[in-house]
Amino acid sequence: MNAIDTLDARSLRDDIPDFAPGDTLKVHVRVVEGSKERVQVFQGVVIRRQGSGLRETYTVRKVSYGVGVERTFPLHTPTVAKVEVVSRGDVRRAKLYYLRDRVGKAAKVKERRD
Amino acid sequence: MTGLRAVHILDQTEKDVAAMANKALVGEKVGMSQVWDDDNRVVPVTVLRVRPARVVQIKTPERDGYAALQVTYGEKQAKKLNKPDAGHFAASGVQPGVRLLELRLDDVSGFEVGQEITAELLSAGDLVDVTAVSRGKGFAGVMKRHNFAGQKASHGAHRIHRAPGSVGACATPARVFKGTRMAGRLGGEKVTTLNLQVVQADAEAGLLLVRGAVPGPKGGVVIVRDAVKAPAGKGGA
Repeated sequence: MNAIDTLDARSLRDDIPDFAPGDTLKVHVRVVEGSKERVQVFQGVVIRRQGSGLRETYTVRKVSYGVGVERTFPLHTPTVAKVEVVSRGDVRRAKLYYLRDRVGKAAKVKERRD
Repeated sequence: MTGLRAVHILDQTEKDVAAMANKALVGEKVGMSQVWDDDNRVVPVTVLRVRPARVVQIKTPERDGYAALQVTYGEKQAKKLNKPDAGHFAASGVQPGVRLLELRLDDVSGFEVGQEITAELLSAGDLVDVTAVSRGKGFAGVMKRHNFAGQKASHGAHRIHRAPGSVGACATPARVFKGTRMAGRLGGEKVTTLNLQVVQADAEAGLLLVRGAVPGPKGGVVIVRDAVKAPAGKGGA
């Protein structure tokens, strides 16, 4: 292993479940308010995974009060307390940007049956 | 008021005259990565491998006109040394290294020939300057070399999109002024990045993590010294 891999290995998390674009996630985000810290859950569909190694990120999209909200998290960030996979999606591409143009039922991702 | 300002300027000059590093070490650029700080924010870092430097010669103002440490690092087979270098290393009794470098310092009285300089010198939070030879870019145009804006993309622009434009007036002065910025060789020169923060100094692994980018390619030799122009209050290493 080279020096950078060794260094990065210290920051890598091993408690992240396998997930792919189309899956619905519950991301438990640590929110610091003043001196107190609480956990906020951000639930939505993964529309992309990007990058590799320590720098890998994923984007979760949800529709909140009729407004689309997307949050991008570094995969290995310590601010995420936990990642839960709610359901697996059946999709044909890696980047689900087409979901942004759809509303209502059309914006649903089919659940995978296997 | 004027008096105050004068005093201030005087202080500044005195500081500038005295501004030279107290610590310096030799390293090698490994590459860039990121770490998370205590507040869970991403910090971009350049990883430097500190090559333990051996002092070969101490240059003093009395003898040489300036203060510096001549150091070497790494190893070189004795048979590959040329005679002048072999003699120089033999005289100092230091194991020959791959090359000789000079580290200019304020005060070299605390050092002795044969001493090793390692990452222990620095600790997290210190501000440092990093000097290295930048990547050579070859013959570069004015947009890359001098950040010119170039020309229009359309509206009749014909094959002049990255051209410099006018370089001077007409009959007066009837010449191009010296120093007018034009295309030419870019990079491959000594560049110093000032005031980089040390994020981590791991003497055991010989690694130094500094916040931000450092000139030069991966594997390039860098000189790290404590910041000579550190902002007031923050202080150098």
